[in-house]
Amino acid sequence: MSSVPIAPPTPNRDPVIRVRGLVNRFGDFTVHENLDLDVFRGEILGIVGGSGTGKSVLLRTIVGLRKPQAGRIEMLHHDMTDLSEEERAELNQDIGLLFQDGALFSSMTVAQNVMAPLREHLKISDRLAEEVAAMKISLAGLPPSAGAKYPSELSGGMRKRAALARALALDPQIVFLDEPTAGLDPVGAHQFDELVVSLRDSLGLTVFMVTHDLDSLHHDCDRIAVLAEKKVITVGTPDEVRRTDHPWIQEYFGGPRGRAALASTEGAAGTARQHA
Amino acid sequence: MAKASFEALQDGPVQRLIARGAWTLEGGLVSIDGDLRRFVQKRGGAGGLRIDLSGVEKLDTSGAMVLQRTMRDCGKQAERDDLLEGFDGADAQAQALLKQAGSHLKPCDLGGDGRVSFMLVLERLGRTTVSAGAEALNILSFVGAVVARLGGTIARPSRFRPTPMVHHMEEAGLDATLIVGLMSFLIGAVVAFMGATVLAAFGAEVFAVELVGISVLREFGVLLTAILIAGRSGSAFTAAIGSMKLREEIDAMQVMGINPLDALVIPRTLALVLVMPVLAFLAAFLGMLGGGLAGWAVLDIPPVLWVNRTQEIVTVSNLFVGLVKAPFFAFVIAVVGSYHGMMVESSAEELGRRTTTAVVQSLFLVILIDALFAMFFLELDI
Repeated sequence: MSSVPIAPPTPNRDPVIRVRGLVNRFGDFTVHENLDLDVFRGEILGIVGGSGTGKSVLLRTIVGLRKPQAGRIEMLHHDMTDLSEEERAELNQDIGLLFQDGALFSSMTVAQNVMAPLREHLKISDRLAEEVAAMKISLAGLPPSAGAKYPSELSGGMRKRAALARALALDPQIVFLDEPTAGLDPVGAHQFDELVVSLRDSLGLTVFMVTHDLDSLHHDCDRIAVLAEKKVITVGTPDEVRRTDHPWIQEYFGGPRGRAALASTEGAAGTARQHA
Repeated sequence: MAKASFEALQDGPVQRLIARGAWTLEGGLVSIDGDLRRFVQKRGGAGGLRIDLSGVEKLDTSGAMVLQRTMRDCGKQAERDDLLEGFDGADAQAQALLKQAGSHLKPCDLGGDGRVSFMLVLERLGRTTVSAGAEALNILSFVGAVVARLGGTIARPSRFRPTPMVHHMEEAGLDATLIVGLMSFLIGAVVAFMGATVLAAFGAEVFAVELVGISVLREFGVLLTAILIAGRSGSAFTAAIGSMKLREEIDAMQVMGINPLDALVIPRTLALVLVMPVLAFLAAFLGMLGGGLAGWAVLDIPPVLWVNRTQEIVTVSNLFVGLVKAPFFAFVIAVVGSYHGMMVESSAEELGRRTTTAVVQSLFLVILIDALFAMFFLELDI
């Protein structure tokens, strides 16, 4: 095993997600074997890995959509494996999840989608719900006219923004993003990156992001975790990860696309990464 | 953590709104929102207003939004931050939140307009009428396209695709034999039993033979088959073609120069037109069998008598009257099912709606055509 020791967590940082000894299997096929990972409060963590290394499976396991074969997952200092139904529902109000294609409810307008979690969890008046929804829609970078539209009438980028508005409806502490920039044009993808960083800065969000987009990795992420060989082989700042001596990492970050993304972030917006 | 609360103090020309507790959605913001609105309404825009946040233990985006809204509704701008308007005692995080909320405090189009419901009902009626008319025209034009394409296929048989047709004959025909047979057997038995019970009052149980023979051969056999096939295969056609449409497979075909009518609609239509008479025959036969067995088991009419009476009275023209309708029903079911599949656009939700509509419309058309045939045969005295 050429696994590199995980960077020691900074002592004063608060781990909002702790994964220990996670095992995920599909039949005989093992996706994760003894996987450990920490996510700290207020950081943007990027998860990368080749196809089939279980990035999305990891995300689904952490948020509780999939039951792992073994291992412990702590979220916001609650052990996810022995939570009752009610406790889990309560905890779910503190997390937001942006699915790959948005997963907006297709029978509701964007505004109704954003109001759905508010109405479900709070005895909220229609007026306040509408105001909160309008603000979240604007916060996600959508024009006011988007509120009355149905998801099928929106472009891919707008759908992601609408889904982000819904994910942010209850002011979650942790937001999970599953390939947020996949399928967006470079301009839209860049705007989405900016949006994620600005929301993290103003709302103090913790962001767990599965991505393949090298530009977003360089632009957004404070730390990157690399999934390979059924576990997290390394986690650290983008620079640390890039210097790791592992063939897959070298290929990933050292390939032509990796170098181009690095050049563009260091050239044009080199300071933007060090916002933290 | 204390619940959200507020209190207003007059301080010379300036009114101070002291906010306390957790100004978050979970922290009671929902319950004080009404009070805050009433306070703003009573107060109006007179004098200065400064909001003091030093007692606020927790603030979220919604809390910040409500505070900014209060400022705005009193005609104040927090950004001016002078003696008369602004926030006090906000820490760095609260300031960031307030700034963010302030810049996103805007109305949003929520759909729905202020019209009264009566007008909405009228509008809906009008829209439905227009779209029903348009849909009828669309179906007619689709039928025309399918018929024209069928004619073209006869002229150029190389276009014809036998493999998918045989596949659909198996799926819609062979696989349906069990359910169609069982249903008509039971219906035949029920008709015999019910008929005989009523006829017994006149001492005419034996006329149950005519009742079963004529009703099953002329109507029930073929109609039940059509209803089952509409539910089973018509919906399957819509779902299959519709999901291909959603995944852009049909566009891909067109780009490759494959006519979707040739590849998808005509094999299905021909398959159904070919198997439906067979299924209807099977249904008629099993319906008679069911009636006969019920007559024997429950009404003590011996099978020999039943068969003899059937041969004497129920002429074979009854069977043809029933079977001749089968290809027409099949054509309607296949074309309506395929049409709705081709019309699916944009969402999976529409696929579900179209599937339902396809079944309802083909059943309606099947029964309508059956009624027309009944009038036709009545005039011809068959």
